[in-house]
Amino acid sequence: MADTATGTGRSLGAPAERREGRDKVTGSARYAAEQTDPGRVHAWPVAAGIARGTIRGIDTAAALALPGVLAVLTHDNAPRLAPPDDPTLAVLQDRRVPHRGWFVALVVAETLETARAGAAAVEVTYDVEDHDVTLTEDHPGAYAPEEANGGHPARREQGGPEEAFAAAQVRVDTHYRVPPLHNHPMEPHAATARWTGGRLVVHDSSQGATTVRATLASLFRLPEDDITVVSEHVGGGFGSKGTPRPHVVLAVMAARETGRPVTVNLPRRLMPSVVGHRAPTLHRLRLGAAADGTLTSSLHEVTTHTSRIKEFVEQAAVPSRIMYAAPHRLTAHRVVPLDVPSPSWMRAPGEAPGMYALESAMDELAVATGLDPVELRIANEPDADPDSGKPFSSRHLVACLREGARRFDWARRDPRPRSRTEGPLLVGTGVAAATYPVMASPSRATALALPDGGFVVRTNATDIGTGARTVLAQIAADALGVPLERVRTEVGNSDLPPAPLAGGSSGTASWGWAVHEACTRLAARLAAHTGPLPDDGLRADADTAGSADAESDYARHSFGAHFAEVTVDTVTGEVRARRLLSVFAAGRILNARTARSQFIGGMTMGLGMALTEGSTMDAASGDFTESDLASYHVPVHADVPDLEAHWIEEDDPHLNPMGSKGVGEIGIVGTAAAVGNAVHHATGVRFRELPLTPDRVLTGLAGAPR
Amino acid sequence: MKPYAYARADSVEEAAELYAAQPGARYLGGGTNLVDLMKLGVEEPAALVDVSRLPLDTVDELPDGSLRIGATVRNSDLAAHPLVRDRHPALSQALLAGASGQLRNAATTGGNLLQRTRCPYFQDTGKPCNKRVPGSGCAALDGTHRDHAVLGHSPLCIATHPSDMAVALAALDADVELHGADGPRTVPVAEFHRLPGDHPEQDTVIRPGELITGVLLPAAPAGLPSLYRKARDRASYAFALASVAAVLGVEDGVVRHVGLAFGALAHRPWRARKAEEALLDAAPTTAAFERAADLELAAAEPLRDNAYKVALARNLAVDALERLARAART
Repeated sequence: MADTATGTGRSLGAPAERREGRDKVTGSARYAAEQTDPGRVHAWPVAAGIARGTIRGIDTAAALALPGVLAVLTHDNAPRLAPPDDPTLAVLQDRRVPHRGWFVALVVAETLETARAGAAAVEVTYDVEDHDVTLTEDHPGAYAPEEANGGHPARREQGGPEEAFAAAQVRVDTHYRVPPLHNHPMEPHAATARWTGGRLVVHDSSQGATTVRATLASLFRLPEDDITVVSEHVGGGFGSKGTPRPHVVLAVMAARETGRPVTVNLPRRLMPSVVGHRAPTLHRLRLGAAADGTLTSSLHEVTTHTSRIKEFVEQAAVPSRIMYAAPHRLTAHRVVPLDVPSPSWMRAPGEAPGMYALESAMDELAVATGLDPVELRIANEPDADPDSGKPFSSRHLVACLREGARRFDWARRDPRPRSRTEGPLLVGTGVAAATYPVMASPSRATALALPDGGFVVRTNATDIGTGARTVLAQIAADALGVPLERVRTEVGNSDLPPAPLAGGSSGTASWGWAVHEACTRLAARLAAHTGPLPDDGLRADADTAGSADAESDYARHSFGAHFAEVTVDTVTGEVRARRLLSVFAAGRILNARTARSQFIGGMTMGLGMALTEGSTMDAASGDFTESDLASYHVPVHADVPDLEAHWIEEDDPHLNPMGSKGVGEIGIVGTAAAVGNAVHHATGVRFRELPLTPDRVLTGLAGAPR
Repeated sequence: MKPYAYARADSVEEAAELYAAQPGARYLGGGTNLVDLMKLGVEEPAALVDVSRLPLDTVDELPDGSLRIGATVRNSDLAAHPLVRDRHPALSQALLAGASGQLRNAATTGGNLLQRTRCPYFQDTGKPCNKRVPGSGCAALDGTHRDHAVLGHSPLCIATHPSDMAVALAALDADVELHGADGPRTVPVAEFHRLPGDHPEQDTVIRPGELITGVLLPAAPAGLPSLYRKARDRASYAFALASVAAVLGVEDGVVRHVGLAFGALAHRPWRARKAEEALLDAAPTTAAFERAADLELAAAEPLRDNAYKVALARNLAVDALERLARAART
């Protein structure tokens, strides 16, 4: 076909604008709660007011008496579900209350306000049991799980790390604490469900509609073909929408019981308890080194919590397996089941808290050995993955450190702590490394050439605000050899070819792989085709099962380096970041604009982790105290300084057809350590618990030598 | 939803009548706090008397040089008013340190004074709180209370008042103008809010049905250097961990006028009378400022997790007074 020959083949890498941008800024993009089907009604959940026990009774009379209340679902009358794989989805099935905030009823009403008033009118009585929500390193309930999240073995040991540490010339033995953190995407978890003629149609704010469909089919014992799940626009997820969440189950239940389309739009205050959170992690880091900084022993031990109903172990020691060469190594996780909400994925699970601890300890080792922290890291660069022994498919940590140091003017830094003041401000700079694994999952896609010269690619990818639609069009355009404008992308609907979730920084790799394969096939078919295209076009399909999930002979990871400059106000203890500059090596960057947004978004979230974000578990109530955006402090514009994200282009043939590694999460990894290390440089005080809020910093400064 | 009546008042007298006619009524200003609390079930008024459009939306200079600020003047407008910016920078700075631009555009002067504590337990109807439900207990006492009071609290309540504006007004000797069944009266801002004592459910000395009609800002501190400084977790849109408002007049090397108030330390803006007394007629030195701050904060009784507030408040006060003393010299 003549037209394809005029293609540029140069869409990839270009800073193409997000295709749905105009719809979003004009408000015409519809989110899950904005599906105004005729007759649509609203539902409001009732959250358990105790941390542990059983429901004695639920009095729904007052709620049902409110004009406009249609139904109150409880464990007594809610549809029976098939037992879910994920216990957090077994809502309204029995009397058990495993944690505070667990949903015990759902009020369906004509309006949102009536549903809310109805929920307040539901009277629940409980048989209360003593609860325990307090994580400690020596908790008697702690045990060593078999696996941490992601299928990683919970414990890895090589050589004799304890002995080697004891014999090391320089030793750092230290503890760090990361508090519970909440994902808090701007769009709350929401779903609108309707049953029409035996078919179930659900609009869900999810990172993966394919899994939502499969899960609903299983729970409600339906054929998958009778269900459509739409996740067309999603206002962020950060992992908390990576698996189906209870709200979508409730919406489907309520729609079935009332025969009306039902929207469940979780109130912000109910989210911390039911959408997953980053579990708190207590780290012990021991680094043993020779006087020249060469690591001989590295031990990273993590204690974290999980709920009583689900074992989720934040894999916070895992990044220590691949970062630095050391002959003697230990990484181990222990977990304490408590009467707390179930933790789950949050942007860079494992890497974000783990690299805070490791990279802070590396800074302490730099101080202990008198080495420059950049040089210390370079001195411990491994030749191959220290854990698996596999060669790295590509690893440019050293290049990131060097390039970042050059751009940041690191060479002019006076390494002495507390060496720079501006009036009442102490000024410091810090560095930390970043890493994130490269993952991909099998996906399907179809590509269609239309008689009018246009192309359509279809796959049930999810665009959670990242620009997935756009980058898939870029991949397709290059594979087809046509201009970008000629390609339309259809994503976010389970009627499209099945595809994995937007998670693990693997969405573009997974979907793009299938899109690339389908488009390559289509291009071949078009090349062989003569005459005009048939009315319904020419089509090619792809399924990357067997290739995308094939075991690799290489260790595949992204790397990066963060450089931070902070000020610490000695009057107030306020730490403010002045500058954050990061360099990443993440394979081929497929869209310079949207990749930069991902990088600086991750860096900003890392800044929040460092300075402002923290949640406290209230021992008496078993509830997270900070449950709204006024008290859970995500950074605001005024907190976000001069942010620079740069990257080093990698040419790595061991990844996927696009040569990409994924950019969604690495920005948050290590940022908190860079900021914390800068605070140490500014103040001479080592703070080992996040976030670095004025109460902690002022108290620490009071004990510091002047 | 729980139904409630709504009526908009066109005059102060009409507002009072509407209020008196409907048991369980509340006055509605900008609604930036009251409506949130209604959604949370913390406030359940039977009726709202909307006073946001009363003709009290101007800042007027009186013959003696004082300023009369109408109760419905929006926080943004007050912060930007040239006379306020020029003569009472602490007030403008305090307003701009609060909330967000959008909230300041809606919030009124009267409503700002009457906003409720942001104690997380007060805002959660599922938890005990003596302020919300007298006699139910205080969950903050042994709970999360890093943000809570160190001065003037009681075993029943350790909440703080969240306003920035009120702290500046307290330091500037402002009065609250009230209109009630017994006619008008004025109360100093520094005495308008109560300490919790045995009745934490009462935030202020306002009487049932009384309406704030305005705030009187006296001429005395006008033109003296003043400032407001707030320490907080994030750079904007966060309540104070501690704050200070200060105004200082120095003549012939001695302090002739001083107003000092702390925010976020107590159930009300904390006018630091002891510190002021120590500073009057003294030389404006760092040592004097430190002594004065220590004198005031000696009464502090920090809780398990908020001892830092005492040091923070001391630092803020000394720093603010030093800055003002420097400004007075130049």
